Amino acid sequence: MDELYRDYILDHYKSPRNFGELDPHDLEWHDHNPLCGDELGVHVQVTDGRIADLRFHGQGCAISQAAASIASEELIGMEVEDVHQLPAQWVVDLLGIGISPTRRKCALLSLKVMRGATTGDGSWPEDPG
Amino acid sequence: MSASGAFATGVTPDAPAQPEHVEDTPPGAVDGLDTPRSPLRGLRGDFPTLARVQDGRPLTYLDSAATAQKPVAVIEEMNDFLRHSNASVHRGVYALAQESTERFEGARERIAAAYGGEPATTIFTHNATEAINLVAYAWGRENVGPGDEVLLTDMEHHSNIVPWQLLCEETGARLRWLSVSDDGELSLDELDAVLAEGRVKLVGVVHVSNVLGTINPVREIAARARAAGAACLVDGSQAAAQMPVDVGEIDADFYVWTGHKALGPTGVGVLHGRRPVLEGMRPFIAGGHMISSVQRERSTWNDLPWKFEAGTSAIADVVGLGAAIDYLSALGFGAVRDHERDLTAYALERLASVPDLALFGPLDPDRRGGVVSFAMEGIHPHDIAEICDRDAICVRAGHHCAQPLMRRLGVGATARASFHVYNEREDVDRLVEALGEARRVFGLG
Ligand SMILES: Cc1ncc(COP(=O)(O)O)c(C=O)c1O
Repeated sequence: MDELYRDYILDHYKSPRNFGELDPHDLEWHDHNPLCGDELGVHVQVTDGRIADLRFHGQGCAISQAAASIASEELIGMEVEDVHQLPAQWVVDLLGIGISPTRRKCALLSLKVMRGATTGDGSWPEDPG
Repeated sequence: MSASGAFATGVTPDAPAQPEHVEDTPPGAVDGLDTPRSPLRGLRGDFPTLARVQDGRPLTYLDSAATAQKPVAVIEEMNDFLRHSNASVHRGVYALAQESTERFEGARERIAAAYGGEPATTIFTHNATEAINLVAYAWGRENVGPGDEVLLTDMEHHSNIVPWQLLCEETGARLRWLSVSDDGELSLDELDAVLAEGRVKLVGVVHVSNVLGTINPVREIAARARAAGAACLVDGSQAAAQMPVDVGEIDADFYVWTGHKALGPTGVGVLHGRRPVLEGMRPFIAGGHMISSVQRERSTWNDLPWKFEAGTSAIADVVGLGAAIDYLSALGFGAVRDHERDLTAYALERLASVPDLALFGPLDPDRRGGVVSFAMEGIHPHDIAEICDRDAICVRAGHHCAQPLMRRLGVGATARASFHVYNEREDVDRLVEALGEARRVFGLG
């Protein structure tokens, strides 16, 4: 089996979960990876401070699309307030594959966009310390 | 274009460049082309980086449109300059400074000659981007005003877009765009129609597109611009690296290129300008070297080309670029072009055999330079590049600093393979094999 393009990564890439638009929505954000032009947006519905539903949309490589898809399943149900506490490593762990420095931004784009939607701070996620 | 052999200083390539018609087909290659292979073969050994082995695999470098590898002749020339001749140029009376000045200005003379220009109108900048900014500031701020138009094309590199956006923002001028056809070409009729409206002050056009490979008819475009009272800037960053270019014959007001794609070091770009235009311009960067005399309140400017070369130049890099152009001149720019054409034709044919692969740009290799952009159904360009890298194949993935063109093509990114004299058809074969592997990894074949 391929170390990077594992079956579940390709599965999420080819059939991304929670993908598309969501109307009406309470929160939205759109961003891109300036290095490669990959684009990702998100629509979020919030109920009682929790993420009730969300949809990512855009285009990108297998890593960025799979990261968005896998993260979406974890994000639904989460407290909106907790999103900005999520470290970069959260997505990397979720992906479960070794991410080289050149692909790091691909992996982190979905979390960046989610942080933008929930806090208005669309800066790149970092790891504490 | 004129050969610069007369100025060459012992930096001709050692490698064999004898025309030999080699028509053997490498194992695994489908050679359906009726043209003989390019005679430029076996030059790889002149380029030390290409000896690099990555995970047991030899390097297949297919990203020369981003930056080219450097021949030993360039590395040695810079090394020799820094070891034996280094001193500040132009002002020293001592022998060492004279020698460094001669090597610096000698490089300028040979470079100017190789591109059909004159030393006085061949200005060294730090790259093509700075050369375009020089024109946008020093010429643009004086000649473009409210209501005027700057006409660009949809296939420009960001370097030939953003400086004009700033100019238009500051002056109240407007940007206009020439469209790119589905087969990656510009239309001279559309150019004429926009010029006929009478507001265009400058036409900015790329000579060879770094994405589509399209070779634009820049001589014709420059002539039509002039007839309509507009100036013309040609971005020759890709062209000057791989084909004969005669700036006198093209006769654009400005022709810019960048040394690192033409086998030279980073840090040197070139602006060839028409003398009356350059003479009428104010300086761009101000400071030492570019003045004739400095009073407390005002200064007068040095002669061309030094009026536009403020501060200490990248002296060793210019000397290195001189060696790079000597190397290309010794091979012959015509032969270099034939080599690029051969590899491009071969790549277009082989890539067309890969299922679900889309090629961008003209399909006729006579109409394009040595760069081939493509996309594959179901595999993002990043993932293509990643899988190629496993086989030590360097291809680029992304927007190639041409986002307006990406939008025109309806893609976010493309993968791109580009060639130089050290590439051979076998490099294309390796790429095609890796693309098959990418399809397997993605469960597509
Ligand atoms: C067509 C074109 N124009 C301009 C440039 C900019 O060159 P540089 O970054 O050396 O200024 C490039 C290379 O990236 C290019 O391909």
